[in-house]
Order: sequence, then C-alpha cells, then structure tokens
Amino acid sequence: MKIAFTTSGNDLDAPLDSRFGRAPKFLIYDLDSDTFEVVDNRQNLNAAQGAGIQSAQSVAGSGATAIVIGHCGPKAFRVLSAAGIKVFNTDAATVADALDQYRSGKLTQSGAADVEGHWI
Amino acid sequence: MIVAVASGKGGTGKTTVAVNLAGSVGTDIQLLDCDVEEPNCHLFIKGTVRHENTVGIPVPRVDESLCDGCGECGRFCQYHAIASIGTKPLIFPEMCHGCGGCAKVCPKKAIADVNHRIGTIRIIEAGPITLTEGKIDVGVAMAPPMIREVKLKMRKNIDAILDAPPGTSCPVIAAVRGSDFVVMVTEPTPFGLHDLQIAVDTIRQLTIPFGVVVNRMGIGDDRIHQFCREQQIPILVEFPDDRRIAEEYSKGNLIIESLPQYRSIFESLWERVWNSVHP
Repeated sequence: MKIAFTTSGNDLDAPLDSRFGRAPKFLIYDLDSDTFEVVDNRQNLNAAQGAGIQSAQSVAGSGATAIVIGHCGPKAFRVLSAAGIKVFNTDAATVADALDQYRSGKLTQSGAADVEGHWI
Repeated sequence: MIVAVASGKGGTGKTTVAVNLAGSVGTDIQLLDCDVEEPNCHLFIKGTVRHENTVGIPVPRVDESLCDGCGECGRFCQYHAIASIGTKPLIFPEMCHGCGGCAKVCPKKAIADVNHRIGTIRIIEAGPITLTEGKIDVGVAMAPPMIREVKLKMRKNIDAILDAPPGTSCPVIAAVRGSDFVVMVTEPTPFGLHDLQIAVDTIRQLTIPFGVVVNRMGIGDDRIHQFCREQQIPILVEFPDDRRIAEEYSKGNLIIESLPQYRSIFESLWERVWNSVHP
C-alpha cells in the first residue's frame, strides 16, 4: 500500500507542507517495500485556480490510497474521496514524524474538508 | 467608435468619466457597464428598463454510461473544472469558463452542455443613451463570460463607451479587447502611477491606442505628468480635485448637469478621442 505526504523536500526528514493543492512535492511512500518516490507538484504552485483538484488527480495517479496532509479544502477532498483515497490531517513537522503517527495508528481518517476553499 | 474607460487603480473616476462622457455626446450613444461585479452606471443614467435577460455559460454534464474513464476531459481543462477519476468525472461548475473544450475532446461523445446561470443583463433607455448593464450573481467569480455577453448587445454604427472594471486581469482584457481607444483614468499619486504603469503595459500588449485622464489634480504631485512625458502618452484632459464633484457623484447626479462648467472638459475629451480614432 502506498501513502502520500505533502512536502517541500526530497526525503523523510523534509518538512511536511501544510498546504495540499500548492504543496511543492508529494512523497509517495510504499509501506510494503519501505521505499519512496518524490512527485513534483510545481506546475500547480502558480495555477490560477483548481490547484487542489489537479493535485488530487496527481496523487490518484501515483497509486497512493491514503494521504497525510496538513489541510485539505472541499474540492480537493471531493476528488480524493472519489478516487478512494483516505485523508488524514496532521500537524507533524516532518514526513518521518507523520509516517510514525500513521503507523502507530495515532491519526484518524478525516470525513470532510478541514478548511474553506480559496476560490469562491 | 468603441471607447473603453479603464484604469489600473480602482476609485480613480472611471464611472464618473464614462457616464458624463456618454451624457455629453448628445447624439445616440451606447454605454456598456462592463464592471459586472458591481455595475453602477445605472445610478447616474436614469431611464426605463427596456430589456432584461439571464446569462448562463455552458458547463459539462457527463453521461456515465458512455464514459470509459480515458481522462482526456480532465487533461484538456486548464481550469480544472472537470476531474477525471475513473468512469465518473467530477464537475465543478463554478470553476468552468464555458469553453466547451471537454465535450469536443471526449472520444466517446459522453459530454453534453447544460446551462449554468451566472447573472443578468439589463438594457436601460435614457434619451439618447442606451445603457447595457451586466451583473453577475453573488458568489459567481466568472466575470469575463458576462462581459462578453454585454458586448454582444452592442449595436454597430452607434458609438459605444465601455465602463471597464478596475485592475489589469482577465475581466479588464475581456472588456477593452476590440475597442478603438482606451481612456485611462488615473490620479496624481504614487498608487495612481504604480497602477497606471501596469495598465499601460497591458494595453500596449493589446495594441490599442490610449490616452490618460488625470483626475483630482491638486492632490499628490506631478509624477503622472512626468511618466506620460517620458512614455509619450497623451494626457487627454484633467479634472481638478473639486469636492463638489464628489458630492454630486454621491447623489447620483451627472456632473455635466449639476456642475455645467465641467461639461466642456468632457466634450473636449470626446473630441480628442474622436480625432485620434479618425485621423
């Protein structure tokens, strides 16, 4: 099973980015093989609108079935839900901390967006 | 002749110039309120509403029985208004600009258009002035399609004055595109100059001839004049910082009627624009 994290860095020690749609990168961690890959999300940093929607599609395309993020808006949440991706919110400082929280079952699955959308 | 009244900075006097210019022409004139988020020309042009209609944009509806989840629609949409997740694409009507591209690229012809209301248009007759006003609904953040609809109401062979929205983003481009001349209203302040410079860059890219109206002369300094001199931009007319103008504006009165000493300035503005367009 693969799990996605929002980050601005390239490894597990990198900070967890609290934004979803405009997170610079996604770290996709494979829990079965304990390996990860980093997916660039820079194309969405300057998107005029729909960054959350596009980011959710990118995460779905990565094969992740869960995502651990700081915040998630309503449109991104709708796309993630449609793609069957479970959303977990955290205020962990780094990807490694967030991964530990996930593994130890400290995170509960989010049932709705936790912030307002930025567009309308 | 189509004349757009624009400005980078808000609150410089676009509407004041547009409505009084329209009132000073005397012959048949069309006034188009393209500031569709908050149209206010109707406060000054009092007449009879001759026509009213709602405006919508075509947004996609997917026949899921035909969709095979190829994802072409989602990849095509630059506004991310349609997200292809499996065979049930998600649609975000409030993000859609109504271009119809998703339906065109769908190989299975699974996408049809449905109308999504964004606002209303009113046409008001007031003597020689025909005011066409677009107004988007509260919560709608899609001004350009409404501005294009307002401009479609324009009749050929009658001169038109467009009151553009402030700023330099998409709604302004939608409003001023196709104009013969842009009147840029500014004020002699650091803010006025800063935003004028951005507006000048924008209008130059659209290659539309333009000139500047300096409003509220007496506040600020000569930085607008210096900029216009350096850039060889004509200053068409100037208005003094006169409290009575603001007072009459606040009552919804036309300056040319309540302060007739200013009528000649609007007349000479029209004449200068006319001569620039008809050399």
